[in-house]
Amino acid sequence: MKSANSSFNAKETILDLKKFLPAQAPLKDFIFHNTLKAFQDQKFHEALHAANEIFGYEVYLPLKDFRMLYDSGKINKQILEKIIVERKGDDQLQLWLNKLIKDNYKIKNQPRVGFLREKWKTDFGVDLDVQVHPLLFRIICSFLDQGISIWNFPIWHKGFLPSIREMERKSGSSFFKTKRARNLLINNYLEIEDLLKILVGDETLFKQYLFDQQFAHQGWSGMVSFIEDNPNSLIDERRIKLYDFILFELLLEIDAIDFQYGEGWLPLENKVINKPLELFSQIEYSELNELLSIWQDAYEWTYYDEVLAGINTQLPVKTENSNGKSFQALFCIDDRECSIRRFVEQLDTASETFGTPGFFNVEFFYQPQGGKFYTKLCPAPVTPKYLIKEIGLKSIKPKKDEHFLKQTHSLLRGWIISQTLGFWSAFRLFVQIFRPSMSAATATSLKHMDKFSELTIENINSDRIENNLQIGFTHEEMTQRVEGLLKSIGLVKDFAPIVYVIGHGSSSVNNPYYATMDCGACSCRPGSVNARVISYMANHPKVREALKSRGIFIPEETQFLGGLHDTGRDEMVFYDEKSLSPINHERHEKNKIVFLKSLDYNAKERSRRFESIDTKISLDRIHKKVMDRTVSLFEPRPELDHATNALCIVGRRELTAHLFLDRRAFLNSYDYKLDPQGTYLFNILKAAAPVCGGINLAYYFSRVDNKKLGAGTKLPHNVMGLFGVANGADGDLRPGIPNQMIEIHDPLRILFVVEHFPEVVLETIQKFANTYEWFINEWVNLIVVNPDTQQMFLFKDGKYSIYKPLKNTVPTAEDIMNEIESSQENLPVFILK
Amino acid sequence: MKSTLVFFVLIPLLGFLVSLIIPKKKENLLSGAAYITAGSHLLFGLAYLCFWLLNGHQVIDLKSFIVYESVGYEFFIDFYFDKVTAVYLLVGSFLTFMVTTYSRYYLHRERGYKRFFNSILFFYLGYNIVIFSGNLETLFVGWEVLGIASFLLIAFYRDRYLPVKNALKVFSVYRIADVGLILAMWLSHHLWHENITFSRLSDMTAVTEHLHHHSYIGVFISLSILLAAAAKSAQMPFSYWLSRAMEGPTPSSAIFYGSLSVHLGAFLLLRTFSFWEYQPSVRIIIIVLGLMTSIIATGIARVQSSVKSQIAYSSIAQIGIIFIEIALGFEKIALFHFAGNAFLRTYQLLVSPSIVSYLIKEQFYNFTPRSITFEDTLPRKMEYSFYMLCLKEFNMDNLMSRFLWKPLKIIGSKLTFLTLKGTLYFIPSYLIGLYVVYNEKLISKNVLEWLPYLFSIIALGLVLKSFVEQKDAKLAWVLLVFNHFWLVLAISFNEHFGFDHVHLYLSGVLFFGVLGYLSILELNSLEKLNVDLIKYQGYSRNHPKLAFLFLFSCLGVSCFPITPSFIGVDLIFSHVHENQVVLIVISSFCFILTGISAIRIYARVFLGPNEKSGFINYKSS
Repeated sequence: MKSANSSFNAKETILDLKKFLPAQAPLKDFIFHNTLKAFQDQKFHEALHAANEIFGYEVYLPLKDFRMLYDSGKINKQILEKIIVERKGDDQLQLWLNKLIKDNYKIKNQPRVGFLREKWKTDFGVDLDVQVHPLLFRIICSFLDQGISIWNFPIWHKGFLPSIREMERKSGSSFFKTKRARNLLINNYLEIEDLLKILVGDETLFKQYLFDQQFAHQGWSGMVSFIEDNPNSLIDERRIKLYDFILFELLLEIDAIDFQYGEGWLPLENKVINKPLELFSQIEYSELNELLSIWQDAYEWTYYDEVLAGINTQLPVKTENSNGKSFQALFCIDDRECSIRRFVEQLDTASETFGTPGFFNVEFFYQPQGGKFYTKLCPAPVTPKYLIKEIGLKSIKPKKDEHFLKQTHSLLRGWIISQTLGFWSAFRLFVQIFRPSMSAATATSLKHMDKFSELTIENINSDRIENNLQIGFTHEEMTQRVEGLLKSIGLVKDFAPIVYVIGHGSSSVNNPYYATMDCGACSCRPGSVNARVISYMANHPKVREALKSRGIFIPEETQFLGGLHDTGRDEMVFYDEKSLSPINHERHEKNKIVFLKSLDYNAKERSRRFESIDTKISLDRIHKKVMDRTVSLFEPRPELDHATNALCIVGRRELTAHLFLDRRAFLNSYDYKLDPQGTYLFNILKAAAPVCGGINLAYYFSRVDNKKLGAGTKLPHNVMGLFGVANGADGDLRPGIPNQMIEIHDPLRILFVVEHFPEVVLETIQKFANTYEWFINEWVNLIVVNPDTQQMFLFKDGKYSIYKPLKNTVPTAEDIMNEIESSQENLPVFILK
Repeated sequence: MKSTLVFFVLIPLLGFLVSLIIPKKKENLLSGAAYITAGSHLLFGLAYLCFWLLNGHQVIDLKSFIVYESVGYEFFIDFYFDKVTAVYLLVGSFLTFMVTTYSRYYLHRERGYKRFFNSILFFYLGYNIVIFSGNLETLFVGWEVLGIASFLLIAFYRDRYLPVKNALKVFSVYRIADVGLILAMWLSHHLWHENITFSRLSDMTAVTEHLHHHSYIGVFISLSILLAAAAKSAQMPFSYWLSRAMEGPTPSSAIFYGSLSVHLGAFLLLRTFSFWEYQPSVRIIIIVLGLMTSIIATGIARVQSSVKSQIAYSSIAQIGIIFIEIALGFEKIALFHFAGNAFLRTYQLLVSPSIVSYLIKEQFYNFTPRSITFEDTLPRKMEYSFYMLCLKEFNMDNLMSRFLWKPLKIIGSKLTFLTLKGTLYFIPSYLIGLYVVYNEKLISKNVLEWLPYLFSIIALGLVLKSFVEQKDAKLAWVLLVFNHFWLVLAISFNEHFGFDHVHLYLSGVLFFGVLGYLSILELNSLEKLNVDLIKYQGYSRNHPKLAFLFLFSCLGVSCFPITPSFIGVDLIFSHVHENQVVLIVISSFCFILTGISAIRIYARVFLGPNEKSGFINYKSS
């Protein structure tokens, strides 16, 4: 069927398509990633210009926004000039300044994609989008549906296209309006090329046509492509191929045109006078894009410079508390934990906090009691070999909410239900609006694991295997993990009597994005189980014994205690408190007061971003209002998630302990002294670059183009098949982050600040090509701080240059609470008193 | 006691007017106004209800004021209160109050915050006019307000393609419902020779006596009412519009399309029950329609894989049953069922985003790979056929466009000779026609009889052309305005009536026609082009004031109750005789299409994505 010198290769084209389509997982596993991952093999700005030209994405803030930022001082003139000089040379400075600040530029024309298929509408008068999309979306959604529909797709196990073929063969009705397309489908040996010949004709146009077609509904295509590659991302698995999906769409297109013109029409090639530019051919230079990239750099470095000046400000070394530490607490590196750590340290100056990825170096599947599936609790790319089960609970009945019952949609039972439950709904509505409270509809981190359950952490007998997973860890495996954790954060001596390990999660209601708010390092689940597991391991006498031989002496008095911080409610729970020794119990009671107070302050600091809360009212009332947000049906912003992220700092706490970073930093504790070769650093960066960088860029792109790369406003969203959201009944899926989560985000690339010797860092990032790509192609920025000289090195184009902050110093805040009360906007970096 | 009924309409009217003048930026004031309006309405309603119940719950009828009067014709506003009104009032004001409170927070920082509360209050105004109306004319006023408010709420996200397209689709269906009402009004005018009030209708002896002589007119009126009710309550074959209406923010979908708006068809049936009570054929038709709808809508609901459309179809199915209950005479059950269904669906829609976390969690504990449903026991062929039909919503949308809109479009597009210049030639011929009206003797009687038909067909041709016009917004507008003139001319031949009627009708049309024309000219000069109607252009983004002005003109030209033409329509229609079926069909087509065409021009020019501004959504998003 194919000619020998065919210019079109369906398989390759499909692979290309899959690369560029959105790669977003179903909602329950929403994982942030670089939205433009497909372009990551190019330098950041070049990639952005290409994405703009080819796909028509907006990739920077609009020019006028940058100019406004400049006028309001949020882009520093000195830095802007410095960047122009670096790029264009001294003599061009004035010219480019004028261009940047004054000249007018026209918004560019059409993107390359969509150019060809549009001719159906402009030249043939058939609007294929309107004719085909609603039915196509409806069919694919019903096929993939995870439990909304009551009557499911009648055949499903054969895969998408075979199922439809079977139905078309045996049914008395049809999805098609005309005969030809239906007959084509019933004929088994159908390939994309056959249909493209009918529709398009000219082989050289095929690739462009398929891109045009799939990028007219990239949400659905992306979901299909993702499920094809990750079938187990759905609880109720489905077999589907992007190839089949495209084939079916082509059939529907033929059907729509046949319906309008009969079968006699000529393929699209006849209307193509000038062949479109090859999609991925050389990108044309655009001065506007270059200006935007200069503005972007200046915008970023204005902020970075302030942070680096802050880090550079030497503070007198605090004298060590002679009584030793009161307690130590490990938190996740998450930017939302940045403020609570500051408050804990402030309220108890003898305490010490650390940051590390929130799975705490223990990777496993978790099965809650009564659960039918396993939940992965470690970073998404890792596949654990262990299983931990929740046991020992008496009852496990989750609360029910009758409003989600399928019977409400049946005819006769619906008749009864609407006249009984209906009146209960009125009452519930009233209560939920005027006194919001936790209900079965609330998604909360606190229910992830029962506080009073037990876990099968220890592998008693090595042949206890379930589904190829070992239940629990052996002593040796435990020791490795504890050792790895402690060494990577630099906690190997001076242990306090209690070491808290605190995971995090969140609570919200009416929020299809609930998964995004939990811990990214635990595959979008709360980190409570991990915190409990690692504490158990570190408390285990055998593990302690083994650790001694590896140079870590944990005093017998020291106990590890797991906990969970709910970042939405600003509440904390602790697990296994009964295991504490009496004296530690006493200490714990004291420490709890510190935590509770910190949570109050943390709620206050967060509240400054919420317009509906007055930051000046009492701590209790603020905290109550913050908690109410997480259970209010009408609150689209229960918390702001990673909306302020901009930094990732890998080093000792001394680098940042004196700074107010406004919850903008991922903080990973790391002591270069324990790791001269950079072994631990390698592991840290291997995870931090894609995780923090992924979060950062997901926010970046959703912010700069919320309409195409983000999910738009949440308010009209309609849940499709439990795996995605769309607008209205007939819309395309909306991947990306909704407007409510990104509206206060400043689109800056993340700046990594790593404390180690520049050579070691360079060697470390180069070890693994995937990690190196992030740095060398500038999708994240990197500054290395030499711990001996405190000198800063900027990494660019594979080499270092010395970076001296333009600012000499940053302001000091007498009382940070005054600053917090003063503004809703991002605050500058302050030195804490 | 009696006269206080007016306050139920005045409170939302006042709230609406106040909300119009509050500046956009004042979120708290805006939502506060809505909150106070809905809250005070609820309180007043409760107090009134208590008082009414304690005082023997008599039916109240209040002839409020006469808007227009001439020989043999009276247009008056009439209010009415009985237990049907009481239940609709209670449910409506409770839900509106809840949802405005909800939306105060939910809509925070959303673009269009003001528009949202304006539209909600406008909608609520329409709702109250309908439920308190004491005659068809008053009801029609509210009915029209609801139609426009719905259009604005569905097209709330006006810079995206789908909401605007769907808003227009829903508006077209509503327009069909309007015609049902107009026909009912027209015929009942001939039947009673007055504007009959609902309280008179409930006087059984009068009704039976009248209908005894005009039984076919009686059936025809009932069927017209049923058409209006079925379209408004999304019964077959109109059911597809309801899920398409779920384009606005969730709370507005919840309250209007989940509960209030969609139950108004049932209200209309309840209100007119005494009229068709003794027409067994009509009752049977309603039962059959209700039954068919409830079965088919249940089937469609069962296959829906998106949460909002599932709720929409289950609600439709229950309303089908409500129709049956009404037709069987179980008024109280129907009212109870309405209240329960409205509360249930509102709440279900409001918590619909929670379904992801809730069901995923439930599946985590209780997953069974696939449950057998009763359809699995059917023969294969039947199962597949029925499933595919349900998924395609029984092709309702397609059939409607194939057999109703498409033929109209085809006829319209044949009329290529109608250009801006071409229409000028119509002016002399119009003048000749006008001259003939004054001097009828010039023409033989035979010809004279046919003239109304000829002129009304010309009117229809003009409006059809306007309906399909793509290239020139000005032309579409001019044709639309001219169509009124021809229609009046047609009917002037039909029956002799005072020129004050004509003046009343045309004065409004002319004023708004000129206003709209000037708005388009202004837009043309601002944008330096000749605005076309090929696609949605979203000019409201850059010219919001002009957009508002033009919307205002559209309402005027489509005889919305802000212009004297509104009464004119009713008046002019009353000059078509009850045996002139063709003429009334043509006139009502003109009427439907005028409204749709006007709103279409508005939507194409001012709504949708504005490509010039750069940032646009994907068409299908």
